[in-house]
Amino acid sequence: MSRLIRALMVTAALAVAGHAGAQQKDTPAYGGTLSAIVHPEPPILSPLLNTATPIVLVATKINDGLVDYASDGTIVPKLAESWDFSKDGLTLAFKLRKGVTWHDGKPFTAADVKFSIEEGLLKYSSTGKRIFKTLAKVETPDDYTVVLTLSQPTPVIYRNLNSQALWLLPKHLYEGTDIRSNPWNAKPIGTGPFRFTEYVRGSHIALDRNPNYWEAGKPYLDRIVFKVIPDAAGRAAAFETGAVQFGQQHPITFADAERLKKTGKFIVDTRGYEFSPTWFWLEPNHRNQYLQHLKVRQAIAHAIDRGLLLKTVWGGYGKPAVSPIPSALKPFHLGEGLQQYPFDPKKAEQLLDEAGFPRKADGFRFKLTHDFIPYGDDYRRTGEFVRQALRRVGIDVTLGSQDLTTWLKSVFTDYNFDLISSWGGSGADPQMGIETRFWSKARQPGTAWTVVSEYKNDELDAALEDAQTQVDPQKRVEDYNTLQRIVQRDLPLIPLFEVDWFSVYDSRLRGLTDTPNQRADNFAGVYFASE
Amino acid sequence: MLPYLARRLLLAVPLILGIIAFNFFLLQLAPGDLADVLASEQGGAAADAGYVAELRKAFGLDLPVLAQLGVYLKNVLTLDFGFSHRYGVPVATLITERLGGTLLLALTSLVLAVAIGTALGLLASRRPGGIVDSLVSVLSTVAYSAPLFWVGLMLVVLFGVHLQWLPTGGFQEVTQVPLRGLVLWGDRLRHLVLPATTLALFFVAIYARMTRASMIEAMSQDYIRTARAKGLSEGRIALRHGFRNALLPLVTMVGLQAGSLLGGSVVVETVFAWPGMGRLAFEAVSNRDLNLLLSIMLLSSFVVVAVNLTVDLLYAWLDPRIAVSA
Repeated sequence: MSRLIRALMVTAALAVAGHAGAQQKDTPAYGGTLSAIVHPEPPILSPLLNTATPIVLVATKINDGLVDYASDGTIVPKLAESWDFSKDGLTLAFKLRKGVTWHDGKPFTAADVKFSIEEGLLKYSSTGKRIFKTLAKVETPDDYTVVLTLSQPTPVIYRNLNSQALWLLPKHLYEGTDIRSNPWNAKPIGTGPFRFTEYVRGSHIALDRNPNYWEAGKPYLDRIVFKVIPDAAGRAAAFETGAVQFGQQHPITFADAERLKKTGKFIVDTRGYEFSPTWFWLEPNHRNQYLQHLKVRQAIAHAIDRGLLLKTVWGGYGKPAVSPIPSALKPFHLGEGLQQYPFDPKKAEQLLDEAGFPRKADGFRFKLTHDFIPYGDDYRRTGEFVRQALRRVGIDVTLGSQDLTTWLKSVFTDYNFDLISSWGGSGADPQMGIETRFWSKARQPGTAWTVVSEYKNDELDAALEDAQTQVDPQKRVEDYNTLQRIVQRDLPLIPLFEVDWFSVYDSRLRGLTDTPNQRADNFAGVYFASE
Repeated sequence: MLPYLARRLLLAVPLILGIIAFNFFLLQLAPGDLADVLASEQGGAAADAGYVAELRKAFGLDLPVLAQLGVYLKNVLTLDFGFSHRYGVPVATLITERLGGTLLLALTSLVLAVAIGTALGLLASRRPGGIVDSLVSVLSTVAYSAPLFWVGLMLVVLFGVHLQWLPTGGFQEVTQVPLRGLVLWGDRLRHLVLPATTLALFFVAIYARMTRASMIEAMSQDYIRTARAKGLSEGRIALRHGFRNALLPLVTMVGLQAGSLLGGSVVVETVFAWPGMGRLAFEAVSNRDLNLLLSIMLLSSFVVVAVNLTVDLLYAWLDPRIAVSA
C-alpha cells in the first residue's frame, strides 16, 4: 500500500460522536419493511447519468460498487475483494469477488467494470469525467482482475470509488444500446442487496430482498419502499402515523423534528453526512461596481450575525463557517490562522465609509439585489435575514425570487446578479465540490455551480492545479490551506455557515448511520431491533 | 345533430394545434432549458467542459426553435409523443401511468361535489332564510373561501394524525403488497376519501349556492303555479319542473370543473402525495421538460374540447328550446 493511500486513510479518520439509541448492541433481526422518504422524486435511477441525491439514495441499495468506505473513512471491500495501488499513484489493480451475479442471474465480471468505465462513465457522467480525467487505459487480464492505468496521479480518485461515483452497468443489458435512453436506467439491474421491484411514478419505488446476495446472511430487511411525499407537512404526518420510518437530509421542518424527537419514537441524527459536508455561502458578483471593492465584501461579512441566522432560520442545525472548506472535511479543513469577520455592524459601517460609499439622504449607501437559491422556505428566510442585516448597515437590498431554472440561467449563463446565496456539497475530497467555486479555469458560462464571481487569482489557481496531481498528501493539504487563506483574505465569496443535515428515523432502526456517506450505503446491514 | 358534431370536431383540430404552438412558444419565453436543469442536478461536480452542450445536442435542443416545434408536431401526427429525457422513458408511458390516478380522483370529487352541492342547494331553497338555508350558507362560505391546502392539511391532522382513521397520503398501501380484490378496493377508497373531499369542497360550495339561487328563481315562475294548480305533489314539482330548469347554469359550472380535471389539482395532489397529472405537469414546467408538457397540454385540450361539446349537447337535451344546428 502506498504512502499516499495510507496517509489518506489515517488522516481521513472521522470522529463519530456517540449516540444513545443507535449504539445499543442488538442481535440483527430478519424481516420487516422499511418505509423511507425520498424527496424530491428521482427522475431516473442511474447515478451514471445524474448524481442528484435522491437518485443516489435509491440506486445504491440496488447496485454495489467496487469498494465502500468505513465510518473512519478507510476503503473497505465490496465487489472488489482486494486491491493493489502502486506507489507512484499510476496503477490501480482490483481483484474482483467471484460468484457475484447480477439480479437477472448473469455473472458479474471484469468485462462489466471495463464497459462501465469506458462506455459509461467516461462518456456520460460529468462527475466521472472529472474524477477519471487522467485514466489512460482499463485492462482486464482475466475475468476477475481490473487494472486502471493513469497518465498522471489523481488523488481525488481514492475517495470516489464507491457505487455513487463509479456506477457499474451490466454490460449484457447496455452493450450496443444508447446508454442515455436505455430503459434499464429506470428499472436498474444491479448486484446489490435489494432488487428493483416497481416504480410507480409520483407514488413510490419498491425494492425487495436479493436472496442471492454475495454477503452471506445479508440483507436483513425484506423490503424497502421509498415513498414520494412532496409536501413537508405531509412528510411529518407520515412519520407521526408510522407510515414512514426514515428520511434523510432535512426530511421535515426543524420545528417538526424537535416535536418528533420529544415523542421518543424517533431519532434525529446528524451523523452519516461526513462524506458530504455542506456549506452555505453568499457570493458577490465582482462585476458589480460596489462589490468589486474588498472593503465592501468585508463589510458584508461583518454585517451578518451567523449565529443568529443559524438559530432563527436553520433551527440551530449548523455552525458558523470559518473557512471555505467545511470542518467535517478532515484533514483539509484549517480551523485556525485564517482571517475572520465576526459580527460587527459598526466595523461594517466604517469599512463602507472607507470604501467611499457614505449614507445618502435616504439613509442608504447603494442598492443591491439578492437572488437566493429557490430551494424552499429556509432559503427564502435566509435571504430575508441577509436583507435585514445589510439594510442595517446602509445597503439597500432587494430580494429576487425566481423558479430554479430561471435562477440557474440568470446566474450561471447570464451572470445577471449582484448577490446570490446558495449551498454546495464539498464532496469527500475538496477537489470535487470546492475547486469549481474558485478555480478560474472551471468557469464555463452555462454550467451550473462553477465560479461566477469573475474572481481570478493566479496563486490560488496554481495551488488548486498542484492539488490535482500532488501525490504527497501533506503538500496536497498545504495546497488547500493556501486556498483557505486566500479566500478568507480576498473574500471572492463569503462563507456563512456549515449545514448540519439531519436524518429522522424510527428509534427501532439500526445500522443506518454507520457509514460516512449514509445516502450511498447499500442498507444491507439495516434492521429493526426486536423490542 | 351529426353535421353539428362533425363541424365542431373539425374546428377542434386547428384549435388544438394552436394550443400546442402557443404553449411551445410560451415555454420558450421561460429562461433556461432541460440541459440547465440536468446539469445543475449534478451538484458541484458538473463542471466538465462541453457537458451542457452535449446534453443539448442529445435532446435536440440545439436545433432552431421552429425546427424543434416541427419535430414535435411531426411526431404527434404519427402518434409518437416523444421521449422525456428527464425521466428516461417515453412520454406516453409517463402519462398513461398517471392517467388512472387523476381520473379516479377527479371523477370522484366531481361526483361528490355535484351530489352534495345540489342536495344542499335543494335543501336550502325549500325555505329561504330558514335555519337550513343559513347553515348551508355559512358552510358554503367557509368552503368557498378556505384555501385548499389548508383544508387538506386540517383534514390530515384530524382524520389522519389524531384519529388515525384514514391514511395521510398516497393512493394505496404500498408496503404490504400485493393487495387484491375487495381489500384493494377498500384500501383505495380509504386513500381516496380525504383528497377527493378536499378537492370537492370548493365546488360543493359553488353548486350549493347556484342550485339554491336558480331553484328559488325557478320555483317563483308561472309554470310552477300552474303545476301546483294541477294538483301535482310538491316533490314532483320541485324535481321535474323546478330542478330541471334550474340545472342549466349548473351544467355550465360542472363543465368548467370537468375541464380542469387533468391539471387543476396540483395543490391537492401535493398535500396528499397523490400521483396525478397535476404534479406531473407542474414538474414538467419547472424542469422545462418540453415534450412531456406539450403532451399533457395536448391531452388537456382534448378533454376541454370534449367537455365543451358534451355541455352544449346537454343543454339541448335539458332545454329543447336551445337548438343545435350546423
